[in-house]
Amino acid sequence: MSGMDYIVEMLNISKRFPGVLANDDVTVRLRKGEILALLGENGAGKSTLMSILFGLYKPDAGKILLRGKEVHVPNPNVANELGIGMVHQHFKLVHNFTVTENIVLGLEPRKGLVVDLKSAAERIARLSETYGLNVDPYAKIEDITVGMQQRVEILKMLYRNAEVLIFDEPTGALTPQEIDDLMAIMRNLIAEGKSILLITHKLKEIKAIADRCTVIRRGKVVGTVEVADTDEARMAEMMVGRAVSFTVDKKPREAGEVVLDIEALNVLSSRKTQAVKDLSLQVRYGEILGLAGVDGNGQTELVEALTGLRKAQSGTIRLKGVDVTDATVRARIRSGMAHIPEDRQRRGLVLDYSMEENLVLEIYGLPPYSRGGFLDRKAIRAHAEKLMEDFDVRAGEGALAAARSLSGGNQQKAIVGREIDHDPDLLIAVQPTRGLDVGSIEYIHKRLVEQRDRGKAVLLISLELDEVMDLSDRIAVISHGSITGIVDPKAVTEADVGLMMTGISRSDAGRSAVAKGDEK
Amino acid sequence: MKGLKDLFTALAAVILGLLAGAVLMLAIGANPLEGFSYLFRGGLMNIERIGNTLATATTLTLTGLAMAFAFRTGLFSIGASGQMLMGGLAATAIGLSLQLPKWEMLTIILIASMLAGAIWGFIPGYLKARFNVHEVVSTIMLNWVAYWTVYYTVPAYFKAKLETESARIPDFASLKVPWLTEIFKGSFINLGVFVALGAAIVIAIVLNRTVLGYELKAVGFNRHAAEFAGINVPKNMALSLGISGALAGLGGATYYVGYAVNMQIGVLPSQGMDAIAVALLGANSPTGVVLASLFFGVLHSGKGFMNAMTGIPPEIGDTIIAIIIYFAATSVLFTRLFDGLKAKLRRKQ
Repeated sequence: MSGMDYIVEMLNISKRFPGVLANDDVTVRLRKGEILALLGENGAGKSTLMSILFGLYKPDAGKILLRGKEVHVPNPNVANELGIGMVHQHFKLVHNFTVTENIVLGLEPRKGLVVDLKSAAERIARLSETYGLNVDPYAKIEDITVGMQQRVEILKMLYRNAEVLIFDEPTGALTPQEIDDLMAIMRNLIAEGKSILLITHKLKEIKAIADRCTVIRRGKVVGTVEVADTDEARMAEMMVGRAVSFTVDKKPREAGEVVLDIEALNVLSSRKTQAVKDLSLQVRYGEILGLAGVDGNGQTELVEALTGLRKAQSGTIRLKGVDVTDATVRARIRSGMAHIPEDRQRRGLVLDYSMEENLVLEIYGLPPYSRGGFLDRKAIRAHAEKLMEDFDVRAGEGALAAARSLSGGNQQKAIVGREIDHDPDLLIAVQPTRGLDVGSIEYIHKRLVEQRDRGKAVLLISLELDEVMDLSDRIAVISHGSITGIVDPKAVTEADVGLMMTGISRSDAGRSAVAKGDEK
Repeated sequence: MKGLKDLFTALAAVILGLLAGAVLMLAIGANPLEGFSYLFRGGLMNIERIGNTLATATTLTLTGLAMAFAFRTGLFSIGASGQMLMGGLAATAIGLSLQLPKWEMLTIILIASMLAGAIWGFIPGYLKARFNVHEVVSTIMLNWVAYWTVYYTVPAYFKAKLETESARIPDFASLKVPWLTEIFKGSFINLGVFVALGAAIVIAIVLNRTVLGYELKAVGFNRHAAEFAGINVPKNMALSLGISGALAGLGGATYYVGYAVNMQIGVLPSQGMDAIAVALLGANSPTGVVLASLFFGVLHSGKGFMNAMTGIPPEIGDTIIAIIIYFAATSVLFTRLFDGLKAKLRRKQ
């Protein structure tokens, strides 16, 4: 053991929550100067483990060694003092503060009674330069991009002299370009002697950046592999426990009539800014139309306007030729629109309802589920049992289980099942696989393609460019609330689409892709 | 499972409340065992006192159901007092104005009190649905509107000799019936007890078995998911507060033309506020509300007896209720404790 230079060792860690053994005798070792990926499905215990290292939870058993010496981390402040820093999945920044103000928050440098922001800003500028972060210390958080905000979080750790950096699913909200930049930054960090723990379920990223990968399944370590000696399929198999297919089996298919016709649609956001601008788009029977875009470019408002959850300011939405711009949510559902919502826990499920109640969320008022205003529990139960079997939804107490008690993957499968069961002409699937493990993703993708193969239309809105590229027959790119181009996924590269997502139009994207090629 | 947990929580709150009451009794130099024995005997020692306990519990059950119904839809109404007053005013007005056979009279009185309460509940419901006015603010304001409405209407149109109360409700318009009064040896018990039980059953059916209940609960648990499903959220909120008001209005009828013989002015009935405690302790379930109102009924009708026999001030009874409310409101603590105990038991096995 002593031959290897480990900076952090978490030895035989166990942590039990009521009803779950989140970590079962887990041992993870991080070498100095390496990037160790921590791979596992949702609920496998990665986050619990990192929370223990960061002082958010106390382990029931096991110990933590830092540079070979045992340490106790009762809270995050101690973790900071020990040189352990964490970039959380959801950034923790004050939006109307400057970069510097955010970074010094909690350990403000003082000159007498006033905060000495100037010297702090100088130090931040120096750090930014050392690690190639390119952050302006005086910029306000609300004015900078998500990628930039993440760098502020990284600077926060560096400012506190962190040696061990934990990244929790860092690429979720980034554009492909920003992901490349982040990887470069991570390499700079390693070059300057830092060590990185990367929590992720994206195999491609592990392959691209990590040195080693520790796989966790159901709270136990399955194994640790040298990334260079393994491939994505092998890691996926370790994570899920069975072989996983990555390619979506999809035969070519002619698209049919127009099912959804959006014309010059304008929608305001909740903050009364123009979220969707003069957007026109058509979706046809028998196709999956992917809508690619960086988070916050009007996708949410567009979907809400399409489904009736938000009023359109102007423009028309036609479903099967009928104007539904001002129709109620229910009228749209009844005329053949189904919606897999972006946020399954906020919109998709009533968490305090049982699964059987959730599975009739849109149809409880129809026979056989109710008659004369009275619910028919038997019919509702039978419906739930059938759907849960068809869509492989696993729950401890079956149809009677509270929706809250299901894992994210099973909740999502239930929603997908419920919406497809309505036999919709148009299925609007928003982030249908967000936060799910490869096994569930594979399953949901298969179901979406099935829907298309049956001649129905799917509008797929996703922030995962891979997903859009793999599944779509056509890709529409949205930027600042407008469609900047519609492309054939077979004729473009991810980089092209990535550029279009930033607002550069198709022809420009092509040119810069060419220019890049020339440089090489 | 959930029912068991709620029962545990409620019992824990009650026991802690009683213990706190015991400490207070000790602090003023009284013997808590003696105090409690008189408190419970005051509520239960003979058939007449049991009748009075039931009569007190009747109104509390109805207002408690009103609160529980609103809470289930995610609305924090505190308008039961005002709705009771309006229900009571409608009942009193009809009782003093019409002359009909008893059963017709009572039917009209009950319907009118429900309607009056429903309107008083629907107004804040509409304001919430249409203008997003918070129901706590509007129900409190409407409580006072009801208070002053009674204050001016009763002396102007329905008084007898005294300026401060209405004329006496005639027997044919009262929920009190001789046979029931006789069974319970002259207590305040009245037909309201059946109204309350019936209401509890109806509400249980509405909440658990009907499309309406499904929608209302969905709105209460997660209004975003309800919107997603195409449920008309504002309409359901207004409807829920309307139904809640109707229940409280009925409670007003059982109080003003059942328990009491006339309507006093200048009083905001405390049952409207106690109803919040009843709903909390009863975990917003109709069965729980009935049990909780029975318990509070015992405390209310026993505290006077305790005071008479021991010199312990009757306010101790109110204090116990208040403490129980605190413990019921912080029920998360008990839920944790319950989960912890369960886990421990499982480990032992």
